[in-house]
Amino acid sequence: MKRETVLTAVLLVGLLVAPILASLADEPFLITLLTRAIIFAIAGIGLNVALGLGGLVSFGHAAFFGLGGYAMGVLAFHAQTYTPLAEWPFVIEGSQSMITGWIVAILVSTVAALAIGALSLRTSGVYFIMITLAFAQMIYYFAISFPAYGGEDGLSIYVRNRFPGLNTMDPLQFFAVCYGLLLIVLASVWRISKSRYGLMLGAARQNTDRVQAVGQVPYGLFLTAFTISGAITGLAGALFADLNRFVSPSMLSWQTSGEIMVFVILGGVGRLGGPLAGAVLFILLEHVLGGMSDYWHIYLGAILLGVVLFARGGLYGLIAGREAAND
Amino acid sequence: MSLILFIEQALNGLQLGVMLFLMAAGLTLIFGVMGLINLAHGSLYMVGAFAAAAVAAATGSFLLALAASMAAAAIAGVIVETTVIRRLYDRDHLDQVLATFALILIFSEGTRWVFGSLPLYLDRPAWLGGTVALPFGINYSVYRLALIGAGFAIAGGLFWMIAKTRIGIRIRAGENDREMIGALGVNISQLYTLVFALGAALAGLAGALIGAIQSVQVGMGEPVLILAFVVIVIGGIGSIKGALVGAILVGLTDTLGRAMLPQFFGLFMEASAATSVGSSLASMAIYLLMAAVLLFRPKGLFGAA
Repeated sequence: MKRETVLTAVLLVGLLVAPILASLADEPFLITLLTRAIIFAIAGIGLNVALGLGGLVSFGHAAFFGLGGYAMGVLAFHAQTYTPLAEWPFVIEGSQSMITGWIVAILVSTVAALAIGALSLRTSGVYFIMITLAFAQMIYYFAISFPAYGGEDGLSIYVRNRFPGLNTMDPLQFFAVCYGLLLIVLASVWRISKSRYGLMLGAARQNTDRVQAVGQVPYGLFLTAFTISGAITGLAGALFADLNRFVSPSMLSWQTSGEIMVFVILGGVGRLGGPLAGAVLFILLEHVLGGMSDYWHIYLGAILLGVVLFARGGLYGLIAGREAAND
Repeated sequence: MSLILFIEQALNGLQLGVMLFLMAAGLTLIFGVMGLINLAHGSLYMVGAFAAAAVAAATGSFLLALAASMAAAAIAGVIVETTVIRRLYDRDHLDQVLATFALILIFSEGTRWVFGSLPLYLDRPAWLGGTVALPFGINYSVYRLALIGAGFAIAGGLFWMIAKTRIGIRIRAGENDREMIGALGVNISQLYTLVFALGAALAGLAGALIGAIQSVQVGMGEPVLILAFVVIVIGGIGSIKGALVGAILVGLTDTLGRAMLPQFFGLFMEASAATSVGSSLASMAIYLLMAAVLLFRPKGLFGAA
């Protein structure tokens, strides 16, 4: 087995064992912390489809993360207040079902990613970075100034949404739900990256002109990647809303976009398990450094700077070598 | 909407526009000459504002505070350029984004550590206080009018410097062909540091000037930075002229949109719904403007096609 595969397997097994141990030690806080890591990992895996497979430096993935969260929050809000979401052309009720929420979150973020991607992909390079950032910022300001769903204050979900057969308010059971989704997302992205489409996308990232010369349309390949990427990050946003039982415009802020990017970079761009390693590392740093100092972002900044300047390839690059990172 | 209110809002928009230009000019120069996308530009804006607030509190002189803002931001710029940024010029944009994102974290938390989380206040000087009577019976803030004047004066100076002076010629040459001017004996790395310091000083000055209207606090730079990004995307990256046109377009669109859209929707909607739809739409207006420009000119209004 390749060291990369081993590292991913170790991470996955570790993430399965740790919460059970935490549960036995009666430390529900640790389970919540790990759930957060898993949700961040899903968001990062989403971004990694655009960033790693497609080479698209999106600095606006908070838009999809936040829209996914708001999809969940708005559905729950209407279910809680017994007001219909829409009365015309037909009545749409709110919902407290997790699965419905996920589907709506994925649909909403897919549509958003398709629209933002279709416009942004007309440009490339540094324009693309700034434009994705600007579109995310647009949605952020819209969420702040639109009063119906809490505006700046955000929305509370009083009781975590329901999943058939489980008590989602129990930290361990909610963790299991998130872990299951993580496995599904990882497997799907792995399938995509090995598929005909994934190979074509990788080729387009490396040399757009040649891909065009063999009769493919790079714009379509990139737009598909961007849309899949946004949909996965939207799903993570929906889970994050349920974890905190709260959504607010801060999910849509540019800092969130930066953090999702940090998960990918700390772990390793373009590696399947990279965002997973990065998110776990980020949560560990936050927990350890945050406990030592109120100003832990200084250290995070210094570590990030060190990784970018001296350890390109992140954790996976350090441990599993660089063979797959710079293909 | 009355004519008086319209003119006042247009002046406010112009004022926002010229301040955005100070930010966008540095960003676009740094991108044009060095090919670097600098997210930490907003931090330099913040450094300028804090330096100005500290010096103004110590000496009471607004002009000294402005000088301090430019000096502090330029010094911070030189330090950052020589230690970090210099290593990023031949990296890809992803590395540049991440490294400068890391710099934002360090700058923001560092400033919070030194100055605390509470906002500081920078008072506008007495000799720029009060209002001035303009034609049509408008009373307008002297300070804001002075900002508009100063902004256009700096823009003029920048255009003159780039068109006429030796350093401007080198900057333009650096945009076109960095190997060639290196071969002609120009010290490239000095030129880069100088351009970065110039952009930083402009950002710091903008921070101090705006700091006297708003509060001086950690995180004040990033919203402006993102607006400046919108400006240079609209204007075309690397073009100073584009930055000026884009900045004024964005300033006017944002300010007039916020003032007029709620009233516009009030014409055919009930008041509360009109306010909510109008203000939501107004907060999105500049991004819609950017999307519209991109549909027709993917490289911006003055970008090299």
